[in-house]
Amino acid sequence: MSTQDDKAKEVSADGAAGPIILFFILGLAATLVFGWVIFPKLLYSQKKQPIDFNHILHVEAVEEGCESCHFFREDGSFSGIPKLAQCVECHEDAQGEDPNEVKFVEEYVANGREVPWLVYARQPDCVFFSHAAHVKKAEMDCGTCHGHIGESEHSRVYEENRITGYSRDIWGKNISGLRKHTWERMKMDDCAECHATKEIKTDVETLPWPINWLPRPYEKQTGNQARVKTVKEACFVCHK
Amino acid sequence: MKEEGKHKKAKKYGMVINLDECTGCGACMVACMAENNVPFKEDESNKLDSIAWMRVYKLTNGKSYPEADICYLPRPCMHCEGEHGHSPCVSVCPATATDYNHETGIVSQIYTRCFGCRYCMAACPYHARYFNWWDPVWPEGSTKYLSPNVSPRMRGVVEKCSFCFHRYQLAMDKAFLEGRTVLEEDEYQTSCTQACPAGAITFGDLNNPEHKVHQLAKPDNKHGGRPGNPNVFRLLERLGTNPKVYYMSSREWVRQAGDNYLDNEDFAKNYRH
Repeated sequence: MSTQDDKAKEVSADGAAGPIILFFILGLAATLVFGWVIFPKLLYSQKKQPIDFNHILHVEAVEEGCESCHFFREDGSFSGIPKLAQCVECHEDAQGEDPNEVKFVEEYVANGREVPWLVYARQPDCVFFSHAAHVKKAEMDCGTCHGHIGESEHSRVYEENRITGYSRDIWGKNISGLRKHTWERMKMDDCAECHATKEIKTDVETLPWPINWLPRPYEKQTGNQARVKTVKEACFVCHK
Repeated sequence: MKEEGKHKKAKKYGMVINLDECTGCGACMVACMAENNVPFKEDESNKLDSIAWMRVYKLTNGKSYPEADICYLPRPCMHCEGEHGHSPCVSVCPATATDYNHETGIVSQIYTRCFGCRYCMAACPYHARYFNWWDPVWPEGSTKYLSPNVSPRMRGVVEKCSFCFHRYQLAMDKAFLEGRTVLEEDEYQTSCTQACPAGAITFGDLNNPEHKVHQLAKPDNKHGGRPGNPNVFRLLERLGTNPKVYYMSSREWVRQAGDNYLDNEDFAKNYRH
């Protein structure tokens, strides 16, 4: 009896192995496709900017580059996306025949209504970011974090994470979280890449030292936030 | 580079509160709550639930008329330095959610790191820390009046006074724009300091001899920041927490109320510094 039973089992196992492996492979493929292709599509909603903005056209027309519209206020705060008043300085009436400009003038300028721009780089509420410290003090380029946005002809689609409500620019376009350029992601790790590794001392107190290429015997940091490299006590620098 | 010569040491922001001038009006508490998005509760009298980064206490000398006397004592976070930044709360935090910043002397609280174990609340001898038992509930429309510079806290985290650290950051932004790295005394002031109608609160850098707080408290950094002014004292001085909030009073019973003394201790003789 027992030998017959064993035989029967072997036969059924042999016959089922093919379909089980196939089922496993198909299942794996299905979950991979779902995780890498379908889920990101479901996770992010696609939104269009209210006005399609041409950066190239504007950068050519203004004199001071990015800071013509994205400027610092006198109190040190950064204006970010310009308010209507800034645009009206040039666009009181439509200057061309572009349908986007006409729409902008008719819908927003004429009614005195602010354009509800979608902010690609908006950080979560707990993040404090100082443009003054990075652009003025550290003299970083806008493009290091924002990329070549000044060379775009059209506003790209704004993708919003349906769960968190944050822009996809924070996580990055690549769903695996990998990136090639500094401006492709805006997560805390990306900030930390400079802040935890780079030794940039801006304010140092030194004694006169005649030989430039020899390391100085006495070098001491002074003043506030003298180092870019932050230690554990520095959470409060970027978190509020 | 020029301004570096002026003041090289790390900053140690602190406060001197003149208890003789404090009228107990509570303007500092209100200003603090508004400035820092502190949630209010349906029943604010429930002290297990309500949150006040700055709280005004009432002290009495326990005597009857005509010697009866009262004193109001505003209590923010003391931003204890301890020894080399080992403040009571910082040394117990398992999440590094609170830390002592050696550049400013401010004890931080990172709400997104905190997981609500409340060790720090047990460690704080000043009851300066509060736990969010509930998510904040803002009345309809009032979220528009919240400060964008301070993130509101969620349920399950601890919060406390930050010496209005966001004001420091904003002041630094202005300084960077103007090519400076050093702040003037009046550029960074806490909300309670500016709100006090009696001018009882003074705020500034305790390490900077030009700042008023230094001149009032005369802190002795070699001896744990002990005040050099005989009218100035700190709360629970003998615990060695090295707080950065100094109190000033000309009345001896008030100064004596700042710490626990044995009945047979001669306060006047031993603790007038």
